[in-house]
Amino acid sequence: MASRKDTFHTSLSRRALLRQTAALTAGLGTLRFTPHAWAVDHPAIGTYPAGTSGDAVNIAASVPRTGTYAVQGEDELKGWQLAVEHINSSDPLLQKIAPKVKNGLLGKKVNLLVADSAAKPNQAVQEQQRFINENKIILMTGSTSSAVAVALNHFAQREKILYVTGISGSNDTTGKDCVRYSFRQNFYGETAANAIGPVLVKQFGKNRKAAFMTPDYTYGHTVTKSVNDYLSKNAGWQMVTNQVSPLGTQDFSQYLTNIANSGAEFLVNVNWGRDAVLSIQQAKQFGILPKMTLVVPYQIPFLAKETGPELTAGVYAATDFWWTLEDKYPLAKMFVDAFYKKYNYRPEWGANNAYMQFAIWARMVSEANSFFPPDIIKQYEKGETFPSTVGDVHFRPQDHQLIRPVVIVRGKAPKDMKNNEDYWEVVEVVPGEPLMQTPDAFGCNLGEYT
Amino acid sequence: MINWPTFVSQLFNGLVLGALLALIASGLTIIYGTLGVLNLAHGAMFMLGGYAGWLAYSYTGSFLIAVLAGSLFVMLVGVVMELVVIRHFYQRPHEDQLLVTFGLGIVFVETVRFFFGSLSKAVPPPPALVGITPLGFMFYPTYRLALLGIVVVALIALYLVLYRTRIGMIVRAGIEDSAMVDALGIDVYKIFMLVFGIGAMAAGFAGIVNAPVVSIAPDVGESILVQTFVVVVIGGVGSFPGAVLGGLIAGEIISITSMFNPGYSYVMLFVAMTLVLVLRPYGLLGTAARE
Repeated sequence: MASRKDTFHTSLSRRALLRQTAALTAGLGTLRFTPHAWAVDHPAIGTYPAGTSGDAVNIAASVPRTGTYAVQGEDELKGWQLAVEHINSSDPLLQKIAPKVKNGLLGKKVNLLVADSAAKPNQAVQEQQRFINENKIILMTGSTSSAVAVALNHFAQREKILYVTGISGSNDTTGKDCVRYSFRQNFYGETAANAIGPVLVKQFGKNRKAAFMTPDYTYGHTVTKSVNDYLSKNAGWQMVTNQVSPLGTQDFSQYLTNIANSGAEFLVNVNWGRDAVLSIQQAKQFGILPKMTLVVPYQIPFLAKETGPELTAGVYAATDFWWTLEDKYPLAKMFVDAFYKKYNYRPEWGANNAYMQFAIWARMVSEANSFFPPDIIKQYEKGETFPSTVGDVHFRPQDHQLIRPVVIVRGKAPKDMKNNEDYWEVVEVVPGEPLMQTPDAFGCNLGEYT
Repeated sequence: MINWPTFVSQLFNGLVLGALLALIASGLTIIYGTLGVLNLAHGAMFMLGGYAGWLAYSYTGSFLIAVLAGSLFVMLVGVVMELVVIRHFYQRPHEDQLLVTFGLGIVFVETVRFFFGSLSKAVPPPPALVGITPLGFMFYPTYRLALLGIVVVALIALYLVLYRTRIGMIVRAGIEDSAMVDALGIDVYKIFMLVFGIGAMAAGFAGIVNAPVVSIAPDVGESILVQTFVVVVIGGVGSFPGAVLGGLIAGEIISITSMFNPGYSYVMLFVAMTLVLVLRPYGLLGTAARE
């Protein structure tokens, strides 16, 4: 669909922007803008203070609405939209997370702009560049692919615009590609592996043979490495084959043929989005499932709905959020109820992550009482504990990764489902801190504030 | 890793994929050969065939009706598209034709997404073709075996229409020289409409018979379109036998390469295409006379 339809609100012409940029480089920057109460002492940086001079602030999401991750992208988008609505209306759920938010942020309404990234890094960066030029956005989000997250990380650092990731499972996002201007809420390869690993070993024992299916980019390679490292080092599991496929593969017969003849007992499928759906359905066609036991180390929203619960019954997966956590966490219940009321289905973890990312950002801005990006970053880096839909959480200042639990789920058989979305049961909620590598283990170097 | 059963299985995979590509590519190539229009909406028509078939399947539960519905619906779309849009572009530059068919492809994909969403839809194979068939040296999904047969039959049918009927003769004459056909008093526009319909039907038919293998989604035609172009270039633009040969070659290149390193299958495919373009610029079975 026409994904740029809400991008018209231009407050400043391109020429004016160029003029201002020129003035800035001449060292006259702050003189050209009307000073605000909180802007007086701060130099101009990124879109600050131009982006916060009106009655509303613009923030932008570049999210896949077409292609391999389209289904998951739409779910995320709904989470962001709900969060913006809640920020502007001071919803009780949002106020639990960000108590100082009152009908918008620091007296300004928040306006969400959206573009379709098709999960392509180049496209996402171009779109955000346009939003910066034309809309003076003060926050970027979007990624359902870590390739996009990593690209936007570096872009955010260069442009000095805050970026909160969408779904991103690669170790690199808060590892070797971490930046000062980016923050991640959700779980990732290393925490997924360290959470699901012990469950698999306890359930299936030591010295087993596993075939891996890996999408060919940063997410796939790091998740596969983390999971294989855990299983081989702690329980002597052997990776008998690793089938690496490009994002957007339709026919997995070649890969599955190699797996069928590999002697594996387990199929560890790191593929994601439509790739995961197709590879699992086709593994069934080839008789690999149910002969081998399927493991999903990094949960895919809507997987069970698309493959049918027959294929996910008994399957272990690590995830960020599942709606039945509403029985355990009051905020999860509020979130699931609000989401269901607006969209008529129970949110997947992508929507939850999206909502939380914006809610946390709103918290940091309102606590810092400033739109000046370094102030907001320092607020994040205080590492204060705050409530979330999975209990109390806090950021790790060294790599901007949220310390949060990882949820282990197991697929329900169709006969055990209590409603048509009751696909998974929560087996365990694993505390986050012990699952994480040391902050410097993956080569994170955050870079400068200004 | 590389052992006898794997090798034979991969040959089989290549055969199935190649036959499917051959069918889709033959639709594309006869349209281009006759009308001179490169139809960038061909991938979208593959997708439409899948959705029309899926819809028919949801209402009737019959795979056969699904196949008929998928093929005929897309044929109809092709005929209407030729009448309403393409016809007005024959005299316009190639880039206009590319843009209009590309645009129509987007319209088809997003219309389907609007009505049915992005969640993938599955069409199960007919009950008799569910499961795995032991072939002695390996196990192979029964429906994929059947798919090979189905596609081969469809290709033979297309061959018979093109090479054993009067209409086919006119179409082939049109591929060689449409101005001459026109001069002989044959209504070329009627033939053009028919060719566009048949070409589209080949894509639609492929779309629905492939649906039990790869569940359908609005973007399903995108990557197929690229592969189909490669097939047409390898085989020779406008050549039906070329499309079949190109399809089989492409299928085997992808499958056999993936036995060693799947990451290189598409690299090898494009290497093959480059080689063909360097050594035989008009494709393996193409001739310089064709546009």
